[in-house]
Amino acid sequence: MKPFAYARPADVAEAVRDVAAEPTAVFLAGGTNLVDHLKLGVARPDLVVDVRTLTSREVTDLPDGGLRLGAASTNSEVAADRRVLERYPVLAQALLAGATGQLRNTATTGGNPLQRTRCVYFGDVTTPCNKREPGSGCSAVGGYTRYHAVLGTTAALPDPTAAETCIATHPSDMAVALAALDAQVQVLGPTGERTIPFTELHRLPGDDPSKDTTLDHGELITAIDLPPLLAGTRSAYRKVRDRASYAFALVSVAAVVSGTDVRIALGGVAHKPWRATRAEELLRGAELTGHAVRTAMDAELAAAQPQPGEGGGNGFKIPLVNRTVVATLRELTPEASA
Amino acid sequence: MDAEVTLTVDGTRHQLPVDTRTTLLDLMRERLGVTSPKKGCDHGQCGACTVLLDGQRQLPCLALAVAHDGAEITTADGLAPAGELHPVQQAFLDNDAFQCGYCTPGQICSAVGVIDEVSRGWPSHATADLTGEVELSHDEVAERMSGNLCRCAAYVNIVPAVQQAGGAR
Repeated sequence: MKPFAYARPADVAEAVRDVAAEPTAVFLAGGTNLVDHLKLGVARPDLVVDVRTLTSREVTDLPDGGLRLGAASTNSEVAADRRVLERYPVLAQALLAGATGQLRNTATTGGNPLQRTRCVYFGDVTTPCNKREPGSGCSAVGGYTRYHAVLGTTAALPDPTAAETCIATHPSDMAVALAALDAQVQVLGPTGERTIPFTELHRLPGDDPSKDTTLDHGELITAIDLPPLLAGTRSAYRKVRDRASYAFALVSVAAVVSGTDVRIALGGVAHKPWRATRAEELLRGAELTGHAVRTAMDAELAAAQPQPGEGGGNGFKIPLVNRTVVATLRELTPEASA
Repeated sequence: MDAEVTLTVDGTRHQLPVDTRTTLLDLMRERLGVTSPKKGCDHGQCGACTVLLDGQRQLPCLALAVAHDGAEITTADGLAPAGELHPVQQAFLDNDAFQCGYCTPGQICSAVGVIDEVSRGWPSHATADLTGEVELSHDEVAERMSGNLCRCAAYVNIVPAVQQAGGAR
């Protein structure tokens, strides 16, 4: 592991200043992803700034009826919070579908959405990867693509030597639920505070796959707010994986049915949690029959690009995620199931 | 780069300088002579190093020692007074819940954490009614212990051991 300096500042403002002043500096919260990346050489900071004890660990009621998750609240504690379980089951289910008991006891609200992709080439410093080493190329194209993207990619068969090529997926389950809930991210940066809609926190690879999010260097998540929900809102998370526990999603679905609105976010299919806005528009006010949902998802997935690769590639994800959305909405609206 | 840390491991207080890169696992095993937590994968995937860190089961292989100044750690070796067995340890013996034993200290600490989490009403992915009572069924134990791998595949006896220690019928 490359040597680094460690700092635990007195408060978040000082932490933000420390990171902003050092180009390679990183924030440390639970560390379940960062410490692994320090060992692998994927992360090579000169300065690690520890914020685990600087932000709130509490889940608090907001005046508007929502909930504020302090950035240092752990994934376990949020998943066991009665208010989350009763009002935002999609979030509790997503958290409980991720990682293991030990990791959930350590991982935090602020850190979980900022975890990096589990693309095997990103984690292997002996292989080219535009996300880890900008401009080096993409080893995943034509390689092991089972966990890779089918939406938001640039071309049917991207050029593996191009600097913008990246077919990685975002691995967080929590983030998929937060996208469906229209959560808001409270951020403190060198120039002050701002609020980012959760759906705008993550980005597509665009021309810089090394950037996962829209946060600037030095910006710190201090809390994530869950908006109040209409009475009668129902929500659920469904995850499909290669084994029953402790595995990343092949595909996952977070769905929220609220009044005449249905909100759908997809995991395991894109560089970011994917809000199925096209399907949502088609389903607004409609009866959520299996046929209607399937048709809406066909429209959502019309531009999906399966990636060839070892073991048959990842084209299986397109029908799989469609069926998983149908199943999730059937669970939430059994009265409309025909 | 070094930093001074103070830690309490199994009731013994230690104060020493550590390289900032040192994990809690390496600090315990290499510097403090505490070898009960085992190093398996060293990447948070196998659970062999599981300890109770500030009261909750966590993985010292993914924790920088410098970030846990003042921490209280209990390993499988420190669960019961010398010469006595913790109920989870007794249950592992009663159920023959191991073969080679390498993963066992981590399994036992994880099981202690599981039983505590269930007593607090924490649901899991295997819990049908998230706001209802949690019982230590086979599926609940298997899901909650999924972060502890056993290459000997002693799972068939680990599950009943955890159920026995947790007071399940």
